[in-house]
Order: sequence, then C-alpha cells, then structure tokens
Amino acid sequence: MSTDNVKKITDATKNTAKKTANSKLRVATTKRSSDRRKPIKKQTVLITGAAGALAQQVINRLRDSHNIVAVDFRKLTYHSDDIPSYKIDFTKRSFEDLFKHYDFDSVIHLGRISSSEESRMRRYNANVLGTQKLLDLSHKYGISNVIVLSTYHVYGASPYNPALIEETAPLKAAELTMDLVDSVELENLANIYLWRYPDLNITILRPCNIVGPGVRNSMSSLLSSRFAPVLMGFSPIMQFIHIDDMADAVSLAHKESRRGVYNVTTNDWIAYQEALEYCGCTAVPIPSIPPALTRTITSFLNLRMFPSYLMNYFKYPVVINGDNFNKTFGFKPKRPLKEIFRSYQEEKE
Amino acid sequence: MSLKSFLKEVLVPKELDQQLDKIKKPVGTLGYDPWGFNTDTNKIVLALFSGIYNKYFRVETSGIEHVPDTGPVLIVGNHSGQLPIDGTLIAYALASRKKAPRLPRAMIERFFPTVPFVGNFLNQVGAVLGDPINCARMLENGEAIVVFPEGIRGSGKLYKDRYQLQRFGNGFVHLAMKHNTPIVPVGVVGCEETIPALANIKPLAKLLNIPYVPVALPVIFPAKVRLNFGKPIYFKNEDLTEEQVTRRVEKVKSAISDLIAKGLNERQGIFE
Repeated sequence: MSTDNVKKITDATKNTAKKTANSKLRVATTKRSSDRRKPIKKQTVLITGAAGALAQQVINRLRDSHNIVAVDFRKLTYHSDDIPSYKIDFTKRSFEDLFKHYDFDSVIHLGRISSSEESRMRRYNANVLGTQKLLDLSHKYGISNVIVLSTYHVYGASPYNPALIEETAPLKAAELTMDLVDSVELENLANIYLWRYPDLNITILRPCNIVGPGVRNSMSSLLSSRFAPVLMGFSPIMQFIHIDDMADAVSLAHKESRRGVYNVTTNDWIAYQEALEYCGCTAVPIPSIPPALTRTITSFLNLRMFPSYLMNYFKYPVVINGDNFNKTFGFKPKRPLKEIFRSYQEEKE
Repeated sequence: MSLKSFLKEVLVPKELDQQLDKIKKPVGTLGYDPWGFNTDTNKIVLALFSGIYNKYFRVETSGIEHVPDTGPVLIVGNHSGQLPIDGTLIAYALASRKKAPRLPRAMIERFFPTVPFVGNFLNQVGAVLGDPINCARMLENGEAIVVFPEGIRGSGKLYKDRYQLQRFGNGFVHLAMKHNTPIVPVGVVGCEETIPALANIKPLAKLLNIPYVPVALPVIFPAKVRLNFGKPIYFKNEDLTEEQVTRRVEKVKSAISDLIAKGLNERQGIFE
C-alpha cells in the first residue's frame, strides 16, 4: 500500500469522525479504529524446497500475512504472480544476491532432498553444505527466525529403540548407513548454529512420516502404490502426520519462533502392514533373514520407495514423542489416521 | 472386513470381550499403543490361549491376589523354556483373574524384536522390549509389568540346568526403587519341560544373528505349569551403591527360589 493511499484513508476516517462525533466516546472509538488501519509492514519470508507439497501448503498459510520468496534447487515452480520463485543452488555465490535483494525477516528451510532422492554426494552437497550456506547468510543478514525441517530418520531404526523417543535421544541413523549421514549432519549443523548464534532463533522440526495428497516421499509413494513391499515377519509401529497438519505445525513454529529441537507427530500409532491394508495396498513379502539376502534383493529391485538403506525402518519401530512440541506451541493435529488412509484408498478406486 | 475383525468376531466370546474391555489401555484411534500393543490381536490371542492355558498346560496358580488391583507393579519371575511361554501364561493368569483383571506387559529380551513374526506378535499382545526407558514409562502409566531379570541366560539354558537360577540383572530393583513400585515374585514350574534343549548350536545362532539355536524336538510338551505368586516386596528409594542394590536383587532371587521349590514339591510328576 502506498503512502498516498494510507494518507487518503486516514483523512477520510478523521472527516467521518468529525461529522458523526456526538460523543467523545464515539470519537475515541473511531480514532482507535483508524490506528488499527495503519499499515503494518508485511514480513518477508524465504521458503526453500518450494517445489515440494509441504512448501506449497506452508505458502498457502502464510501468503496473506507475509511477502514470500520461494526457492528450490531442483526445479523452478510457479506459485502466483505475487510470489517470486527461483531455482538456485544454495552452494553457489548467486544465492547471496537474494538476501541482498530481499530484506528477509525469516527463513523456512524445507528444502531437504529426502534420502530416496538423488545420489549420496548430491544430497550431501544440497542438504549439508547448502544448509550451512543458508545459515551463514541468515546470520550475516540478521534474520531472527529460522525453521529447519529434519526427519525422524535421524534417530535410526534399531531393534533396541524404546518407544516414544524424546528429542534428547542420540541420533544413531549414521551408524546404520552412510546414506543417512546427510540427514544427521544437517541436524548437527543446525544444532551448532542454534547454540552459536542464538539470535537466529533456529527451530528444528523432526516430523514422523509426512503423508497426504501430493507428497512424493518414499512412504507416501508406498501408500499410493497398489503393491507395496514388506519385510516378511516385520510390521513395525509407525506414525503418520497429514501434510495439512504438518503445514500447520510449520506455520505455528514460524509464528511463535521458539528455538529448540522438536519432534512433530500425532498421538496415534499403527503397524506398517495394517496401514497398507487400510490404504488398499497389497503387501508383497520380501525375505527378511538373513539381512544380507534382504539387502541383495532390495538393491536388485532398486525401488525408489523402498531403498535398501531404509530397510531397518521397515523392520524396527522409531516411535517419537511429540508432547514437547504440542505443549510449547499448543499444537493439536486434526486429521485422524483413518482419514489419511481413506484418501490413499480412494486414489486407487 | 479385515482378517483381524473376522477372527475377533469368530473367536472371541462375548464374556471375554467384555472382561477385557474392563481393562483400560491408552491406545490410539486404530487400537494400537506406541509399543505395538493391539486390543483386537490381544483379544484373539487370549481367546485362543484359553484352551492352551486351561487344557494343554493345565495351569494352576496360587497367591495371584498378591498382585495389586491397580497401580504399577513389577512381577518378577524365573525364565525358562526357549520360547516366552512363561510370560504369556502369567499374563493370561492375570487377564482372566475374576477380581480386578489386569493385562500385564512383559519385558522381553533384546533379541526378540530381531526375530521375524515372533517380535511383532509379542508386541501386539503387550510384550515390550526390555529397556529401562520403556519400563519407566509403563510404570508411570500405572501398568503391571512382567520381568525376567535372567533374560536369555534363563530362557536359553539347557535342560540339564533346569530350575537353576542364572545371574539376575539389577535394573528391575533400580526401577522399583525409583518409581516406588512393589515387586511380586513368581516361581514358574513346568515351563522348563515344555521345550527341553540338549545343546545350543552357537555357529548357526551367530549366522542368523539370534542368541541361541536349541537342539530340541520340534514339539512343545504339555507339562503341567504352576505359577506361585509371593507376597509383594517393597524397597525404599535410597541412594545405594551397586553392591547394596545387588543385595536387594538377591533377596528377590531368594524369594523366587523358594517359590520354585514350593512348586517342585507340590507336583507329582512333570505331566501329572
């Protein structure tokens, strides 16, 4: 809104107030309402991973109250005329130009290449080095609110995992496979910046499986498929959060800006194979012992939605506790598991 | 209708269904809790297990009233018989108790989650990985927990070592003290004879990444089982050295030993 326009609105309000001023109270009320109309400068937020379904949902929630700049290192996506969108490699120097051009107030970093995408080296560059560059620039340009999306995978799937893992638990994913090193490294990096630069107010979110319409991660692909692999004799307890609930969680974390590390999940649980049943998938059993045989079969199949290095997540539960996030931010997921699974089932009909 | 719903409808009698519904469990919208317990699977298994408990093992209990009606309690027993039949029988005994039935959770050895089918099945009927964090949460939830402090040392022992208590871990006494929880000792007699093992094929166990592969007949013998529950033991929450804690553990071990001796004296023969 231009200054002229603001001035016009203010003058008009004053005139109206004079004409109808039968009492002091009424004038005061009108003055207050004119104060409210003072234009508040919209904050500018940089959202990474803009090509993803979650970013799209977060943008939808923030677009009215914020100026949004969307970036992605995979592809250029169009959101709307008022949302500038860029395809940029975060590790390149040109990324800083965005910070010079826009006066960002906050960053929502959703641009994590998931473990089922791209090569290990490319993931490391994008997720770890890219994030480091992003955090360095955020510090340099005085940004005071950074949200980083992580994953529950960082805890690692081990037969010795207790249920309801809290944020203080060690991150053991890197012990399992080199393919998850980038996820753990991203977390470690964000944690170092969280303590070194408290002004950045970094909030790290570790969600359970994000699923729902448009989500393309490995779990959502499995629930969407007609035939889904399972490891014979294993059906670990899993947690799922609807993409709309997750977008609400990200928006809340952005609004409240309380630095720290938080698990994000629902208080609902289901065994993997039963979840497939609810989604109308036919389970295709794969031999599960000895583990070397499973690795050979899954490597041979080379399925994006069932990569061999994620095998332990289909064997052992990684059940996280989201109470801390729920209490801190007053978060309450709205979509029950049945509703989530129904949409996958309807897709197949 | 899913297979589980069908089985539940066909197999679970109404009385049992109502009896089990009396026991409240904090489960989610689809009947699971975070440890994998499932209400329907549990009902089906208990319905099927009724015959095994009453007719096959002809279980006799004494002192079951020592298990409190509500609130946290650790039910600590001797472990035997290669498979966790003993824990299941204790659980059934409490679930079918007329007055104040309870569905206890069993703390199972760390290797069970790695065994296909068995690990998941045990979770669905209420067994939980024997981890101190899990146990502490359960006690905070006011659950009754079955613990075998011998672990695989007890369940994997050979027939020649039957009824010889192996080394007890100290964890359960620490938890009992920390959470002001009574310990009810239980002596299990009969399970040693259900799957008598003559040897353990260690190289095969190592290859399969499981703790033992017993040389035993592929049969579970119908030995008569006695479950003798003792009076609750209370330990004050004090700052003790590990040696002092071990002394408390020995006290529980000795109580279990007495209960086993009682059971062995009572029985006329393995199959009676």
